[in-house]
Amino acid sequence: MKILIVEDEPQMLANMRQSLEREQYTVEAVSDFQAASEKIGVYDYDCVLLDIGLPDGNGLQLLQQLKAIGKHEGVIIVSAKDSLEDRLEGLDLGADDYLSKPFHMAELNARVKAVLRRRHFKGSTQLQLGNLSVDPESRRVQVDGEEVPLNRKEYAILMYLITNKTRLVTKSALAEHVWGDHIDQADSFDFIYSQIKNLRKKLEKATVQIASVYGVGYKLAID
Amino acid sequence: MKLLNYTSRYLAVLLLPLISVWAVLFYYALLDEIYDSLDDGLENQKFLMVERAAQDPSILSQHDPEFKKHVYNFTRIDASTYQNFQESYRDTLMYMLNEEDYEPVRIYESAVRFGEEHYKLKIITSMVEEDDLVQDLAVYLLALYVLLVASILVLNNLLLRKIWKPFYHLIAQLRSFKIEKNTPVHTGETRIEEFKILNETVDKLIRKSTDSYSNQKQFIENASHELQTPIAISINKLELFLENNSLTEAQVADVATVLENLDRLTRFNKSLLLLSKIENHQFHAEEQVDLNALTRHIVADFEDLIEHKKMKITCQEQGALVYGMNEDLAIILLTNLIKNALVHGSQKHTVKIKITPKAWQIENFGPTKAIPSELLFSRFKSAGHKERSTGLGLAIAKAIAEKYHLRLDYSFEGAHRFILRFPVLSSSKRR
Repeated sequence: MKILIVEDEPQMLANMRQSLEREQYTVEAVSDFQAASEKIGVYDYDCVLLDIGLPDGNGLQLLQQLKAIGKHEGVIIVSAKDSLEDRLEGLDLGADDYLSKPFHMAELNARVKAVLRRRHFKGSTQLQLGNLSVDPESRRVQVDGEEVPLNRKEYAILMYLITNKTRLVTKSALAEHVWGDHIDQADSFDFIYSQIKNLRKKLEKATVQIASVYGVGYKLAID
Repeated sequence: MKLLNYTSRYLAVLLLPLISVWAVLFYYALLDEIYDSLDDGLENQKFLMVERAAQDPSILSQHDPEFKKHVYNFTRIDASTYQNFQESYRDTLMYMLNEEDYEPVRIYESAVRFGEEHYKLKIITSMVEEDDLVQDLAVYLLALYVLLVASILVLNNLLLRKIWKPFYHLIAQLRSFKIEKNTPVHTGETRIEEFKILNETVDKLIRKSTDSYSNQKQFIENASHELQTPIAISINKLELFLENNSLTEAQVADVATVLENLDRLTRFNKSLLLLSKIENHQFHAEEQVDLNALTRHIVADFEDLIEHKKMKITCQEQGALVYGMNEDLAIILLTNLIKNALVHGSQKHTVKIKITPKAWQIENFGPTKAIPSELLFSRFKSAGHKERSTGLGLAIAKAIAEKYHLRLDYSFEGAHRFILRFPVLSSSKRR
């Protein structure tokens, strides 16, 4: 999988690159409009992470350029602006997703994976971890071929942990992803625990377990 | 009290003693003049009498001390009395047939000599009736006073109103001026120096404050934007650090604390950005938002938190509440109010939401007493020290409510109650 990062902030770029390389992607990075324009004209990528505010141009123009030359890269717009207009314009121009800074690495990874999955497997790829299998399209979860009914939040937690199976997922990243932005000012993220507890009970027979990491977050432990 | 009537009132009060004092002075001056003129007339009569007596000495001997037949009377006196005689004028009362009453008369006493004979001469003339004079004067002066006050009022209201027009124009403008709405203030043309200065000064002041207000707003927005990237970098670096290293529990906890604070900073920053966006009117799209459904939806989102806090939430719907507004802002508005009730509500208590076609209300029990609402809706006034609270939630709710002409009020009657009142035309599309 080849990913292009267009980002003018060097440290931001380094973080994203490091995070995505951990997922075994081939990552290329450019930090200005001109270089990005040349890259997308010449090479094909599976996913492009596009910063809107570039020093020598607008990322949305790159998106138009991509569509104009008939390329079908998955595009995720990354912006510090978080403005509704940009989001709508970006999605109208054919971007697959919109991520506003700051974001959690786990979230970036989840978004990239979702885009890649949609692009390459048309969403129908059975995920298999130990004796646990998940069908993202029908949202069905099975342990040893036996159906495990999960509610919306339990499924979302499980998918997020599977997507970020190599990482430590902090409570804050998990809460934001599953419960949305609105939950963020709650007293504490302890309320997550009851859902995790339920999920653990339902996955008792699975070889995959949800491990707490020092009370900071969670990580999938695969036997 | 209005400026115009204020001066009128002072004038009216001032005029009363002025006219009274003037009336007294005028009365005495008038009286003095009347006496002077009467006395001159009496003296003239004396000379006429003396001339007449020379031609007709009989008048010297007629005895009429009561002045029944004539207005004069001669009485013989001896020479020594004549020598020492002092001319005098005095007032006395005499019965008047026409008035059927005693009326004042003026008596002039003088001494005259015809050859060797000496006479005392008394001449009377009728006097001005002082009580009538006073009464007349009082009536006329009262009329003058009323006339004066009336004309002052009319003058003030016509002339002064015209003169003060630029001033009232300015006041009307200033009253409707709202710095956050950037309403322009037009000062009218005037030839009056003071008003010119006032207009110029106000113009300058408004321009200055509007400038600094927008600069400040711009600054907050820019600062918030600029902060996003460094915060993002820091969060991501720490996350990568957590993943990459085999850290001890204490180290992980430390990193987690830093991350938590960065998250807090992020939320804070986002809230600030949201506030300035609302105030800058950057949310345009409006649609009919079903607030009943939205409330149910948001409550469902919070169910885990509610359960965790062992709280209950009830939603009593007494009618459909639909309002034309931006849906994202509607979500933020209701979310902030519900979140506020949940975060500050005491554990094991019930949060009550009530929806009517004109109002949306939420109640929670909390440990604190009533909070002054001007503090409540101002920025950074978070009750107590909730770690995750930015202190901006209610300020944002208030800003959204104001944008859509809703009234957001707080009251305390045993429980903290927030009520959103919708304008009467709640279901009609505005603009």
